[in-house]
Amino acid sequence: MNIINLTRDYDEDFVHRVEEESGQNVSLCYQCGNCTAGCPYTFAYDIPVSQIMRLVQAGQKKTVLSSKSIWLCATCESCTTRCPNMIDVACVMDVLRHMARREGLAAVPQVKTFWDSFLDSVRAHGRVFELGLLINYVTKTGRFWTDMDLGPKILPKGKLAFKPHDIQGKEHVARIFERFERESNS
Amino acid sequence: MSEAIAYYPGCSGLGTSKEYDTSTRAVCAALGLSLVDIPDWSCCGSSPAHTKDHVLSAALAARNLQLVSDMGLKAAATPCPSCLTNLRTANHRCEAAPFKAKVDKLLDDPYAGGVNAVSVLQALTEMVGLDTVKSAVRTPLKGLKVACYYGCIMNRPPELMAFDDCENPMAMDNILAAMGAEVVPFPLKVECCGASYGIPRPDVVAKLSGKLLDAAVGVGADMVAVACPLCQMNLDLRQGQVNRAGGTNFRMPVPYFTQLMAVALNIADEEIGFSKLCVDPRPVLSKALAVAD
Repeated sequence: MNIINLTRDYDEDFVHRVEEESGQNVSLCYQCGNCTAGCPYTFAYDIPVSQIMRLVQAGQKKTVLSSKSIWLCATCESCTTRCPNMIDVACVMDVLRHMARREGLAAVPQVKTFWDSFLDSVRAHGRVFELGLLINYVTKTGRFWTDMDLGPKILPKGKLAFKPHDIQGKEHVARIFERFERESNS
Repeated sequence: MSEAIAYYPGCSGLGTSKEYDTSTRAVCAALGLSLVDIPDWSCCGSSPAHTKDHVLSAALAARNLQLVSDMGLKAAATPCPSCLTNLRTANHRCEAAPFKAKVDKLLDDPYAGGVNAVSVLQALTEMVGLDTVKSAVRTPLKGLKVACYYGCIMNRPPELMAFDDCENPMAMDNILAAMGAEVVPFPLKVECCGASYGIPRPDVVAKLSGKLLDAAVGVGADMVAVACPLCQMNLDLRQGQVNRAGGTNFRMPVPYFTQLMAVALNIADEEIGFSKLCVDPRPVLSKALAVAD
């Protein structure tokens, strides 16, 4: 465990922002560890979820927003379901990655790229085009070997569409993204 | 009894989970539950949207909720738990006026509110009911040992999902038991399979899905019945990756629960779609049913 100098490093504004954006009172966390005990992703995390909560309480913005854990949380809701103090922990994790994005941080860059590729697909077609999403991800990351082994398994099943299913209202969906970007920049 | 509910198939229903869509439609038709397609529905945003921004996520989902409202309906059923979560979360968050105002700002048409989304599993349980399901069985699934796997978000968090038990859900077990199957107690019913990390972090999925397959073998299941397109993909399509990563040799069929229902209801093979799965459930299924005879 690292020693934290709270007098020097406590970022009060960060704690307030997390609480405001998540609608949660993070000071209710008394470190019982139930969230970490049930979290299936602890083995892949650099910081267990209960310690993320503690670091948020301690206003450790940089450590939290630079962590890999916030990009590896699948929002499986185990922590939220089992928290004895009714903290929506998964929502806190979600809000932390929103904040990390705004700071230009993504400690597991390929996860962010995958999610962005997904949203690009929705923006372009109104619905996700699965094959296009994979190609977009591979192009952006250069990880050309991704799921190569699955091709021979899935192609004969005849269920992977080769063309997107564009919806009539795709401009409407695109406008949702445009307005979102305008609102975020204003 | 024929009640109508709007139907939201979700994007994977047009692709990697086609067989979930066709078997769902066939089963609901056979049981008198009328699914009405939502015209020009769009993606709910799924996980990528809520990990980016909650207002954006709610707006993508609310466009569809408003389409349901325009149909004069108050409820929609979806087979996909991820769509379900997003649709329910959007409706729930929009009950707060300041949040809804932000969502409406992103939409062409404001969301009128009050559209309830339920899973197909919930619609079958509550709108059709176990008695009707039971009396419609033509080929009982006798002798088939099934582990019912619900996935992580079908019932969680309970305050939002408001259906079944969040730690030990039973709706799928009850339906498949009503169809004659022997449902085995499965301790990892709600554990996460690795979700959408299959592409960016296949090592994570291999580990978590491997645990589930190992547990299913451990409880003596012939197959794992699922209710989520992503769980199905991780456990079935990625089963080879799981085996390579863990040095295991699983060959576990992972059908959708609606496909098993369709077998019991004597629905046509094309609509059941077993040929779309990687590990073919048919050999195990015919063996189990033959032994029971």
